[in-house]
Amino acid sequence: MAMTTFKVWRGDTDNGALETYEVEVEQGYVVLDAIHRIQAEQAHDMAVRWNCKAGKCGSCSAEVNGSPKLMCMTRIEDLPADQPITVEPMRAFPLLKDLVTDVSWNYEVKASIARFAPRKPDNDDGSWTMDQYDVERPQEFRKCIECFLCQDVCHVLRDHHLHDKFAGPRHFVYVANMEMNPIDTGDRVAELREELGIGLCNITKCCTTVCPEGITITDNAIIPLKERVVDRSYDPLAKLIGMVTGNGGD
Amino acid sequence: MAEHQTFEHDVIVIGAGGAGLRAAIEAASTGASVGLICKSLLGKAHTVMAEGGVAAALANADERDNWKVHFADTMRGGQYLNVWRMAQVHAQEAPDRVRELEGWGALMDRTPDGRINQRNFGGHAYPRLAHVGDRTGLEMIRTLQDHGIHEGLDVHMEVTVTKLLMDGDRCAGAFAYDRDKGRLMVFKAKAVIMATGGIGRAFLVTSNSWEYTGDGHALAYEAGAELVDMEFVQFHPTGMVWPPSVRGILVTEGVRGEGGILTNSEGKRFMFDDIPPLYQSSTADTPEEGWRYVIGDRDARRPPELLTRDHVARKIVKEVKEGRGSPHGGVFLDIAWIKEHIKDSEAHIKKKLPSMYHQFKELAGIDITKEPMEVGPTTHYVMGGIRVEADSQMATTVPGLFAAGECAGGMHGANRLGGNSLSDLLVFGKRAGEYAARYAADHSAVSVGDDQIDLAAQEALAPLERDPGADVGPYRLQYELQALMQDKAGIAREEDGLTEALDEIQKLKERARAMGAGGSREYNPGWHTTLDLASLLTVSEAVVLAARERKESRGAHSRIDHLEKKPEWATFNHVLKKGSDGEMEVRREEIPAMPQDLKDIIEEQG
Repeated sequence: MAMTTFKVWRGDTDNGALETYEVEVEQGYVVLDAIHRIQAEQAHDMAVRWNCKAGKCGSCSAEVNGSPKLMCMTRIEDLPADQPITVEPMRAFPLLKDLVTDVSWNYEVKASIARFAPRKPDNDDGSWTMDQYDVERPQEFRKCIECFLCQDVCHVLRDHHLHDKFAGPRHFVYVANMEMNPIDTGDRVAELREELGIGLCNITKCCTTVCPEGITITDNAIIPLKERVVDRSYDPLAKLIGMVTGNGGD
Repeated sequence: MAEHQTFEHDVIVIGAGGAGLRAAIEAASTGASVGLICKSLLGKAHTVMAEGGVAAALANADERDNWKVHFADTMRGGQYLNVWRMAQVHAQEAPDRVRELEGWGALMDRTPDGRINQRNFGGHAYPRLAHVGDRTGLEMIRTLQDHGIHEGLDVHMEVTVTKLLMDGDRCAGAFAYDRDKGRLMVFKAKAVIMATGGIGRAFLVTSNSWEYTGDGHALAYEAGAELVDMEFVQFHPTGMVWPPSVRGILVTEGVRGEGGILTNSEGKRFMFDDIPPLYQSSTADTPEEGWRYVIGDRDARRPPELLTRDHVARKIVKEVKEGRGSPHGGVFLDIAWIKEHIKDSEAHIKKKLPSMYHQFKELAGIDITKEPMEVGPTTHYVMGGIRVEADSQMATTVPGLFAAGECAGGMHGANRLGGNSLSDLLVFGKRAGEYAARYAADHSAVSVGDDQIDLAAQEALAPLERDPGADVGPYRLQYELQALMQDKAGIAREEDGLTEALDEIQKLKERARAMGAGGSREYNPGWHTTLDLASLLTVSEAVVLAARERKESRGAHSRIDHLEKKPEWATFNHVLKKGSDGEMEVRREEIPAMPQDLKDIIEEQG
């Protein structure tokens, strides 16, 4: 089997560098296999997050050759063979150690968003009647594995560090899932405009490009939510009606 | 005393997969203060990997279904070693537990009239698995997570528990460290719920994530709890076999539920041979009848690919052993063939099995809508676990300690039916939360001696003080254990191999006790792995000891030196407990007689 050169980020925020490791790569190896091999044979204390190694839990997010990827779904044979493979931590979050970042901000943002609010059950057994056609739209958003690669690549967070003003694509997908749930009665439009800062997104679609679940984040989640915000806040007729009836507007 | 932070709660829940989250939600709903401790980030636990569905007799897809049929199916699948009271409660309560998830935001696939749809699975008489494509586990854990974060839980992410703390005989909390900085933590609680999942990482080929190191089993055992049915480890018949790096990753039973067939290198559907007597009357005679069943013909019987997992796994091993396997040592699982029956089968497969399509495309370069997959058995689930009282889920010998989900034993007997794990964790997660909160309300605060905390701290930090270069390192030692268990305690076992395995485990224990981790306390997986080894070795010993005692083949436990199933061995379970000399002891515990009404149900269902 072929020896491959890896350059892996080692260290914390104050002190760190890319270190070089030579790894014996076997057939079908993904990047996470190589990292595990380095851990087992060369660097027992190399910090890396992972759980399922099957693309389902979204733990092993990193930047492979500069691109945000799940390490468990990135096959080594799909990467250029003539240069070292670099593996670095996500840049949009504070570094803890080596490949592990502090993603707790994402959990705080999610907890701040108005929760799911179902209507009363339709049936005596406590169930709801919903059409497959109606559930399919939010089901796309529920595929999200919370790998936060979309947050990592989003320039509002990555380059401008507006974490206190902008919730990021993951959370717009989360809001879209509730807003489009057929039995939800919540209204998060004002929240989207104010606290979650959806207006800061200028739809460059970087998030959609990196989503390992193939969720059409920008077109199917963010743009429809932006439209709701615009309809509510900036449509003069709706605003007038809202002011008269006391509904909507804000 | 060692420097540590202290947290006090009415109830702590160790583990935040489906069972732990459901338990925490229930306990918090009573007004109890609840701490939820997870080894990973919230929402990453192994439940995310469950694919096919959650079993509940909703009777949406076939109105003949009800809890009694589900109960009888579960008992038959478990070869009647199940704790019948658990199987009964499970079948009765699963429908409500599934329906309430939609009130918390879940969105299951629908029937044409807008109800929750259900699919066929092995051993279930009717289509019974509520599902979302093949990502049902993700739907469940995310639903519980998104509901749970608004229920006032104190969530401690990336925290590992190394020891249970005791107040006399009563469980009084847990000692832990955080992965980030290696800070030591003491949790004091009036009730403790164990929900740590399974033990799959004790084996080389497994569908389980890194967390599945049997922590809950081992922590409870060390605290004086009993383990039951530990010889029964489920080898799921269909894991990926190629390329080597993905070996063991799960291929959902849903593939067969949607019409997938198993064939050997001669192109033969070998599952039509050797139908077990318990299932002869309910299995199709011809491929044509099997297909009619898949598309919902109520007069047709199940195709043999939907027999129970223990049987299918053994049949696959037999084909491979007799030289009729696929190129990489498995057999073929073919869903592409349904194009003979379904127009636009490609879109149909992608809709019904999106993760499988993605997984094979990305990791093996195989398009499952066009080509067959190669599959073979993979370690998937442990039926055995902490022995609990059926209604309350409290450990039989440790007051204040509760267990739910995979780390609890008894519900599934000798073999679990697909889909019954997700329903198990909902039903018994809720019950554990409810009874633990009640226990906490009825009991006084706990007191934990400083000496316990000092000892726990010393044990947790010891690997960092030992020489890391003296042995092969923690990862390689874990690998040696996995290879041993795969070889000697895997899908085919025999007396001599099991005895050898016991000796080897003792030697590995000594080496693990001397293992140095190297590095610092800050996010150091080498240290974490060294500590995990202790749990893995305890559960491995339990599996091997119980397997050696059961001198018959039943359910998931196959002995090549005792191939037959012996009726007199159907009357008891194996119970393991730490003896007064510190050694693991195994004993037989007679199964209590089933009440007449439940006997009648089993009789009626045939």
